[in-house]
Order: sequence, then structure tokens, then C-alpha cells
Amino acid sequence: MIPIDTDVVTLSRLQFALTALYHFLFVPLTLGLVWMLAIMESVYVMTGREVWKRMVQFWGVLFGINFAMGVATGVTMEFQFGMNWAYYSHYVGDIFGAPLAIEGLMAFFLEATLIGVFFMGWDRISRIKHLLVTWFLALGTSLSALWILIANAWMQHPVGSEFNPATMRMEVTSFSEVFFNPVAQEKFVHTVSAGYVLGAMFVLSISAWYLLRGRNLDFAKRSMTVAASFGLAAALSVVVLGDASGYTVSLNQKMKMASIEAMWHTEPAPASFTLFGIPDVQQRTTHYAVKIPWVMGLIGTHSIDETMPGIAELVDAAKGRIGNGIQAYDAMLMLRQDKDNPQAKATLAAHDKDLGYALLLKKYVDDPRQATPADIQKAADSTIPNVPVLFWAFRIMVGCGFYFIALFAFSFWKASTRTLDSQRWYLRLALWSLPLPWIAIELGWIVAEYGRQPWAIEGVLPTALGVSSVSAGQVLTSLGGFVFFYTALAIVDVFLMLKFARKGPDGLGIWPPAITAIPSDRP
Amino acid sequence: MLDYATLRVIWWALLGTLLIGFAIMDGFDFGVAGLLKVLGRDNEERQVLLEGIEPTWEGNQVWFILAAGATFAAWPMLYAVAFSGMYLAIALVLLALILRPVGFNFRGKIHDPRWASLWDWVLTGSGLAVMLVAGIAFGSLFLGLPFRFDDDLRMSWHGGFIDLLHPFALLCGLVSLSMLLAHGACFAAMKADHAIAARAVATARWATLVFAVLYVLAGVWLAWGIPGYAIVGPAATEGVSNPLYKQVAVGSSWFAGYMRYPWFWTAPLLALAAAVGVQALVDRRSVAGFLASSLMVGGTIASAGFALFPFLLPASLDPRSSLTVWDASSSRGTLQLMLVVTAVLLPVVILYTGWVYRVMRGRITLDQVRKAHGGY
Repeated sequence: MIPIDTDVVTLSRLQFALTALYHFLFVPLTLGLVWMLAIMESVYVMTGREVWKRMVQFWGVLFGINFAMGVATGVTMEFQFGMNWAYYSHYVGDIFGAPLAIEGLMAFFLEATLIGVFFMGWDRISRIKHLLVTWFLALGTSLSALWILIANAWMQHPVGSEFNPATMRMEVTSFSEVFFNPVAQEKFVHTVSAGYVLGAMFVLSISAWYLLRGRNLDFAKRSMTVAASFGLAAALSVVVLGDASGYTVSLNQKMKMASIEAMWHTEPAPASFTLFGIPDVQQRTTHYAVKIPWVMGLIGTHSIDETMPGIAELVDAAKGRIGNGIQAYDAMLMLRQDKDNPQAKATLAAHDKDLGYALLLKKYVDDPRQATPADIQKAADSTIPNVPVLFWAFRIMVGCGFYFIALFAFSFWKASTRTLDSQRWYLRLALWSLPLPWIAIELGWIVAEYGRQPWAIEGVLPTALGVSSVSAGQVLTSLGGFVFFYTALAIVDVFLMLKFARKGPDGLGIWPPAITAIPSDRP
Repeated sequence: MLDYATLRVIWWALLGTLLIGFAIMDGFDFGVAGLLKVLGRDNEERQVLLEGIEPTWEGNQVWFILAAGATFAAWPMLYAVAFSGMYLAIALVLLALILRPVGFNFRGKIHDPRWASLWDWVLTGSGLAVMLVAGIAFGSLFLGLPFRFDDDLRMSWHGGFIDLLHPFALLCGLVSLSMLLAHGACFAAMKADHAIAARAVATARWATLVFAVLYVLAGVWLAWGIPGYAIVGPAATEGVSNPLYKQVAVGSSWFAGYMRYPWFWTAPLLALAAAVGVQALVDRRSVAGFLASSLMVGGTIASAGFALFPFLLPASLDPRSSLTVWDASSSRGTLQLMLVVTAVLLPVVILYTGWVYRVMRGRITLDQVRKAHGGY
């Protein structure tokens, strides 16, 4: 066993977190904006009114800038498992690789191939064909999210697989369980809805800015109307299905749920929801807690009589699983000497679901079989994620979610009554709400992924064991490169976005059509 | 229901197909980007060259993403060892691939010659880097890579970036570079304004000649100067995917496979015949020259893959740790499922890719570019 270099683990995690969070600044905007383009172009094809085509072209310019950033930063994700998480790739590639490869074949190829025709094919194909291209582009982006989230859901809830001691890895037993993982379905709906909210907010905010400036009035009001209705549907979906996502979390990742709640001990059912409080990790208590009775039990179990386990009880359960895991580990080593040892086979079969818990001990002792009770206690305690971060990240995200429902409902009412530009405070509110969906989305990923720690694959493979045999210096080099180039690209991206948003459809000569210049519709 | 050995051979062939698909489809983009400053004398000419590849380069790049993803799914150990072992080389390729999408998109967004020139250099540099590094990495496989597995199948790597720069590997880097520059020039001859196409024809001829000489040289060096790897005893073609269950001897010839399966010779012969084809056909400035250079690319990569067979990644430190077709694959279930998925979806991909090329067909002329950009 090669000793795990903790610097490499820390740097690799930091690099993955930064590149993933950065990538997800662009993906949700692509996910949301592309459907708005599809809706606008559909209206154009149905009504034949030129303004709708020009709306697609104008928002398409901003979409194109964002799409390039999403593609560029997505390549990193596909490479990084092999580069920085080689043992992870070996250990679960049999299952985890499949959805990633299918994503490439089914979705990424589709969107990447059609994007060129979307931008440059306006005069080369018929209206209907171009509309189909836009719809397939939208379908491609959502399918891409589906397959990536199937892969991610398997990390949260590893179904349809078992450990094979001969190959020292997890192998698939049922792909239908992996593909129809209930966590994947809820994650998919929750995540794409969040992207739709972001796309709608993007159009709403920039349009509100035009109205505040008294520019592009007709163009902006139409855009806001589409954004308000699409955004309201998406915001309702993201919160309602966020609840379903909470329900799944509580079944599969009780520890994550207990940490989000800072529920240090099991409460009698139905548990109360802590609206506010200061979680104290040392004392394992939450100070100044403001609790709403019953709500947590209802969200978490959809019942009034099921209890939800607290952190202390889950740590005790982890201790038991570590004990079983040590037996499985011992059996695995015996099978390495004699692959037909019937007793070892039986022991491994009985406890292979807990093998991952023995691997948690590798952080403290080379051979898990030599672990002392103190090591086992440390390993069990390490299953608690960072409670204060999860507690606050979750609350800010949910708060944003309810705010989006209110804002889009109000926008929808104003669009229906044709009073979008009647109150400047509303337009300002819409403008300044622009960063909120990004904040909510990034916090959502922090809850999902940071909340899964110390596991890379829940209950199967601890994160620290998944790293490559690379040096800290190598990871530092690549991390430095990412920070430098990603910062440079972010500056260029924001600069171009602001430049084209400021120019607007009038400045770019896209609308009104009196100015005969050709629109900049190249990607 | 196919047996495990057959599935493994099919997936070895599919891995080759994806690599060849990547080299043909993305290779001409890299080639054109690498020649941007040679073929395009001013901003407008470079604009013509870029507009030739702009509508389709993004889909082309997915060949590479897919090759990585399919390797992850079908050959997880190959993916893990190659990507983590050649860490800084892969990071360099990754950087080049990150800068391309934004380069294509951002170049035309600000109308300033310095801005355009900056991105021209970025695209040129990233094209050259990928073509060179890919060849060096492929060439270094024949030398064996410095890694070994422990009993947990955790890989350890004992070498750095500089160790990849063996003269033979560098030669392979130049083979790759000249091959893809020729391929890119063939594309430009077909797609760009005739003023540029004339230059592209000359470049394609030179690059193909250089390629053919270096390719033969690399073959001779490989035959007489570099010891081959061989599995000791009969290969357990149906065995479990654990490289440590076999023994490997070093010292035979990398051409052993060619002696055993004479039909392997079709690949290098195709590559050389296609090189002659490029010389003969490129001045037609039609799809014929491009097809010839595509066959040249395909034949070259296939010939290297055949020489390695059944090895995927030979391990120089501990030859037993070498990854082969018989012990580095996914489980049978995964290979089977992925085969079905690929058999259904890949033809669909090829179909709509063909449609997009048809829609965007036609030579890009300087007049068009001037007209389109006069409106600003």
C-alpha cells in the first residue's frame, strides 16, 4: 500500500472543486437559455414575425459566448478523473465510465455538431429545419445533463454494482438500476430546472435594464414575457422537486441530511426544522436554534411517525459498519492468496457492502485489521461532513428558491397586465437579482458534493483513496495553470458579455431592422 | 451473446476507430490552425481559413472527448494510467483544448487586429502542441512507460515530463505533426479561396513528403532499435482484468504481430499509398485529396496499433504490469452494453454530421468574408 500524500489529496480536491464550480457557472445558463431560444424561434416560425427571429439572434450572441466557455471548461472535467483520480477511475470506471461515454455519444455530439448550423445556417436551410436544429440543440443540452447526473447520482447512491476481489474494483451487476437510479431522476429535474431559472433570470434582468434605459422597449418586453412565464414554471419545479430531492437524500444519505439540519441527535418523529441557529461542531449542538415543529420530519420522510436519525446515532452505526468492513477486508486479502477459499468468499459476500468503511481507516493505519478502537472512533467521526457549511449553504439556497417563485410570479402578473415598465423599483429589483440563481446553484453543488464527504462514492470509496500517484508539485502546477487561465477567460467572458449586452439589439443592428447592417451572429 | 475475448478485440478495434476518427476529424482542424500563419498572409485570409472549419470544429472535437469517455468506460485502467502518468503532457493538451473553443468564439468579437492576431497565435500554438504531444505520447508507448501496480492495483509512476522526450518519441511527434499538417493543408486546398488553396497544395505536398520519410524512418528504428514486449506463454484471453496475473518478456520485436498476421501489413502500405495519392490528387483541390490524406492518417494510426497488439500500455519498470487487451478491459457486462449503445448511436452521429457538412458545404472565398464583415 502506497502511503497517501495528504497534500496531493487536498490539492486534487481543491482543483476538482474549483474547476467543477467554474464549469457550472456556464452550463446552467446554456441549459436555460437554449430553451428560451427554442421558444422564441417557435413563435417566429408560427407567426412569421421578424422580431422573434431577431430575438433569437440577439440572445443567441450571448448564448454563443457562454456556450464556448461551457464546452471549454467541460473538457477539463472529462480529463480530470483520469489525471487526478486514477484510483477512483480504476475502482469504479466499470460503472461510472459508461454514462460519461453515453453522454458523449448521445448528447455532446448532438449539441456540438448542431451549434455551427444554429449560428451559420440561417440562410442555408429552411425555417422549419433551422427550428428543428434549435430544438435538437436544446434536447442535446438537457440529455447531456441527464447522463452526467446519472453518473453523479451513482456517486451519491451506488446501486447495481458489487465488489470483485479478483480485479480489485466495483463491477456492474445491473445497468438498468444504474440508469434508473431514483436519485438520478430527481437530481436531473432539480438541476435542469435550476438552469431554466437561471436562463430566465438572465433574460429578465438584461431586458429590465433596457427598460430602465428606455431602449429596445418592444424587444425587451417580449423577452421579459417569455422569461417570466418560463421562469415561473421553472422556479416552481426547482423548489417542489428540490423537496423530492430532499426526500431521496434522507433515504440514502442520512448523514448528509442530518448535517444539513445540524441535527446532532435523533428527535422524536416528526422532527422539527431549524430555521436559524449557530451549529457548534466542538460541542455538537446548535446554539440559538429557532425551530419549526414537524416540518423536517414531513420533508425528510413524508410521514409523521418515522424518525430521522441524528448525527450521533449515525456515527454509532458507522462504527458497526467499520467492524463489518474489517472482516470483509480480511476476507479480501485471504482471497488474494487463495481465490477459492470458501470461508473467505462467504465472509466477503456477507460484508462486502461495508468494505468501504474499512477503507476509511487507511487514513489512520496502513492495515485496517490492525486498527485500534481509537482509530475506529476517528474513522467513524470522519463520516460527519462540515456541518456549518452545509447548514448555511442549504438555507441560503432554499431562501433563493422561494424568492425566485415570488419574483417570477410577480413578473408574470405584470407581463399579463402589460405593466412591465410601470414601476422602476421592480425593474431595478429584476436587474439586481441577476447573480442570485448563480449563488443558489453553486451552493446546491456544495451541499450535494461537499456533503458527500468523506466519500467519493458513498459508502464504497473514500475520497482520499481515489487520488492518482502524482506529486503535489504536479498538481500545484496544473492548479496554478487553471487559476491563471480560468481567471483570464473569466475576465474576457464578462467583458464580452457586458459589451454585447450593453450594445443591445439596437447597437448591434439586429433590431429595429431599419439599420441594414448584418448582425454579428457568428459564434 | 459474445464471449469476453471477442468483446475485448471489438473494443480494441473501436478504441482504434475512435482515435482514427479523432485524428481525421479533429486532425484537419489542428492542421489548419497550425498552418494559420503560413497559409493565411493577412487577417482576411486567416478569416477565410477559420470560417472553413468554424461550423464544424466543435463537433469534431467531440471525437476526442468521446475517445476519452469510451476509454474510461471500456478500458478504465488504460484511462487511469495514461492520464495520470503522463500528467503534465495531458495537462498541456487539455490547456490547448480549452483555449480552442474560446479562441474560435472570441476572435471575431472585438474588431481589433491585435486581438485577432492574439487568438491566431493561441489557435496556432494549441494546434501545434496537440499534434506534437499526441505523437510523442503514442511513440513513447513502444519504449514502455515507467509504471507498476501494487497488489491493490494502485499504480505508481516513476518518471517525469522530460522522460517522455526520448529521441524515438520525438520522431513520432514529428511524424504526427507532418501527417496532420498535410491533412490540414488538404482540407484548406478543398475549402479555402483559390489564392490560399494554391499555397495549401504546395504545403500539402511538402508535408506529405516529410511525413513519408519520417514514417519509414520510425518503422526502421522500431524494427531494429527498439525491443518489443511479449506475453509469456498462452494469453488468458478470457481471464479477469488484472494485469498482475501474467508474465511479460522484453526483447522480442514489435513486428512479431506483423509476422504472425500478414494482413497487418495493409495498414502501413495503405498509409504510404495514400501519401502517394495525396501528391497526385491534392492539386485537384477537391474532396479527393482530403480523402487521400484521411486514409493516410487512418493507415498510420492503425499500423501503430497493430504493432502494439495485444499491448495497450507496456510497462518498462515492471513488464508484468503492462496493460494488454486481455487484462485491462471493463467487465463483460459493461463491454457488451457499451457495444450495443455504440452500434446504435455512432451511425446516427455520422449521419447528422454528414448532414451538417452538406449544409455548410462550398468554398469560402475572400469576397464572402469581405462582404460579411463590411457591415460592421
